[in-house]
Amino acid sequence: MIIDGSESSLKKFLSDLPPVDQVGADSRAAMLATRSIKTTSKAWAIDMAISMVDLTTLEGADSAGKVKALCAKAVRPDPTDLAVPSVGAICVYNDMVKIARTELNSIGGKDIAVAAVATAFPSGRASIAVKKLDTQDAIDAGANEIDMVIDRGAFLSGRIGEVFEEIKIIKQLCGDQAHLKVILETGELVTYDNVRKASYLAMLAGADFIKTSTGKVAPAATAPVVLVMLEAVRDYFALTGKKIGVKPAGGIRTTKDAIKQLVLVNETAGPQWLNPALFRIGASALLNDLLMQRMKLRTGHYASANYVTMD
Amino acid sequence: MSSFEYASAPESKAIANIASSYGLFIGGKFVEPKKGKSFNTINPATEELLSKVGYADKLDIDAAVKSARSAFTKVWSKLPAKERGKYLYRIARILQERAREFAVVETLDNGKPIRESRDTDIPLAAAHFFYHAGWADKLEYAGVGNKPKPLGVVGQIIPWNFPLLMLAWKIAPALAAGNTVVLKPAETTPLTALLFAQVCQQAGLPDGVVNIVTGDGITGAALVNHPDINKIAFTGSTEVGKAIARSISATKKSATLELGGKAANIVFEDAAIDEAIEGIVNGIFFNQGHVCCAGSRLLIQENVSDEVIEKLKKRMSLIRVGDPMDKNTDLGAINSKEQLKRIHEISNTGDAEGANRWSPECKLPAKGYWYPPTIFTGVSQSHRIARDEIFGPVLSVLTFRTPAEGIEKANNSMYGLSAGIWSDKGAKILWAAKQLKAGVIWANTFNKFDPASPFGGYKESGWGREGGRHGLAGYLASDAKASK
Repeated sequence: MIIDGSESSLKKFLSDLPPVDQVGADSRAAMLATRSIKTTSKAWAIDMAISMVDLTTLEGADSAGKVKALCAKAVRPDPTDLAVPSVGAICVYNDMVKIARTELNSIGGKDIAVAAVATAFPSGRASIAVKKLDTQDAIDAGANEIDMVIDRGAFLSGRIGEVFEEIKIIKQLCGDQAHLKVILETGELVTYDNVRKASYLAMLAGADFIKTSTGKVAPAATAPVVLVMLEAVRDYFALTGKKIGVKPAGGIRTTKDAIKQLVLVNETAGPQWLNPALFRIGASALLNDLLMQRMKLRTGHYASANYVTMD
Repeated sequence: MSSFEYASAPESKAIANIASSYGLFIGGKFVEPKKGKSFNTINPATEELLSKVGYADKLDIDAAVKSARSAFTKVWSKLPAKERGKYLYRIARILQERAREFAVVETLDNGKPIRESRDTDIPLAAAHFFYHAGWADKLEYAGVGNKPKPLGVVGQIIPWNFPLLMLAWKIAPALAAGNTVVLKPAETTPLTALLFAQVCQQAGLPDGVVNIVTGDGITGAALVNHPDINKIAFTGSTEVGKAIARSISATKKSATLELGGKAANIVFEDAAIDEAIEGIVNGIFFNQGHVCCAGSRLLIQENVSDEVIEKLKKRMSLIRVGDPMDKNTDLGAINSKEQLKRIHEISNTGDAEGANRWSPECKLPAKGYWYPPTIFTGVSQSHRIARDEIFGPVLSVLTFRTPAEGIEKANNSMYGLSAGIWSDKGAKILWAAKQLKAGVIWANTFNKFDPASPFGGYKESGWGREGGRHGLAGYLASDAKASK
């Protein structure tokens, strides 16, 4: 056991982690962004990225109709080409979980997970009692994955024991029924040192995935932040033998962005992480760009946006 | 495809217009060498012939120096300073416009990855011309008196590791200060200098201000020994630097010598380890380790050395070795057969003296000159691989127990060109920087260059500085009388 769960042992563990040099992390991420991914590797990367998409709608205006449309898109992203893989998951608010699950099951999408954002998403500003209810509600509705937010206020004021306990409680509720993704909201943690510490804190508390952002705060999934998180899962694996997944979310809109993420994974955590069980991309607009680039590779020319479906 | 292998992404060679042969650039024109001799320049990644270039001997050097002298007295020294600046700006802009062409030719002739020539060599070369263009009419602020004067005709000899960039380091300050030049590029990498000669023509630079003579060591010696040269600026090996110093010792010629190095890259226990790993890799594998300021001696504090070495090995196995024209290549070809032989020779002493060699699995191309990224652990100060400059992708790893021991080991070298410090503690960085006997010290980074920053070494690493105000001063004579 690396820590005994007490706040002092957590603090000791986190303060013993090597620091992150911001300039160095930025320049490593910038260097990896110069990788030139062409022809066969581009085709491979596009299909891999599609299968990693957590197709997301998290709006106040979400309705049953909107969610069902998204489910159809998730199962068959490109109706004209059945070789296109399904996406990794649908990501919705709690009250849409049942609708999404039922719809996916009825249209051949049993294998597509439904992820629910819980624990007073996106701010996390609610009592633990409410957060527990929120989570239980999502699980009861059939969520396969819980995307919880950490209490950034507690983290930034040094009450990391509280953050740890909350994640542990939510993890217990998830049990075997749901995978737990822990959203760090890196845009509010600001420094890469904090990103590294929060990553370890979440992993130690039982996260199956660590996720950058809610998508409601900018900056979201910047390349250096994802780099630091990928280093954390790589080193945590060396330490414990456990593989934790990573999910960048927010701001990844183009095929180029997505391929840059895959290069980061490939050259940081390693090729073992290049599968939807260990890497997801939270996005909505990205999927259509991936589909358009896929068409371009297949046919040799660009189609207009009307040749991909708008959902 | 079942895994993420990067498909080949080669830069196109089409943009490189390499002629089948080149003459010498003297007096603004390409002329045949007087004795008509020439030599081949090849692509070290494929051993294919790129071009034949003229071989300059004593007679050609004499013609080049005469042309530079005449341009100095009749044209360049009479031109208003701001006019000189105008030419330098023009050259800088042309280099930017033709950047892709220069990058491709540099990679073909040198063997360095296109990513480096494209992102480092060529942009930095243009930046040196821009920077010095600004100085041309502000020389009285260079710190060498009120009316500083040019030296006259400068002989410049540059190495093969950064051919165009070293040319820029030499020519830009010389011209800004009002000198004219005769430049000899390295024998194995003459092409971008000859392309640069075309840029001089394109910029309308007055004839004879820049002369480019290709050849070997004998050509270089003829230039050094020419009686009408006012200064020699040399970048290259310490051995040749010493020979130059000897041969000009009884003359009035001044010299700037930028020579070898065996830089210590010091990783303290509190370093940001992941970024330090990147810095170590960049320090020794950038440009195949053909860098005089390469971080070729890694000094790790003992209590983090296992972690650092393990992470370094993992990172080294990601280095992509191969076709320099592929945009994803990290480590290109060794520049020449001779250099490859030298790397083998010195590295083999590491095995013989008891150090432990390690290289990641990597398939080297059958043709061309290649050496895998290599580290030696268990190295001690007395090993030849800890003392001699290998000038290749070979890193010697040593450890230290206390900061003071680290500094002592770092300074225990006949060289003193550069050093790297990796620590998250500001006070420790400042303390270490004060103790280190090295001309350039990087903290939490490595191999970063800027035209405004002076570069040069202590001890056998050379005389004088290049870049910045200090470098400019090396091309100016202080006019003490005038300032009185």
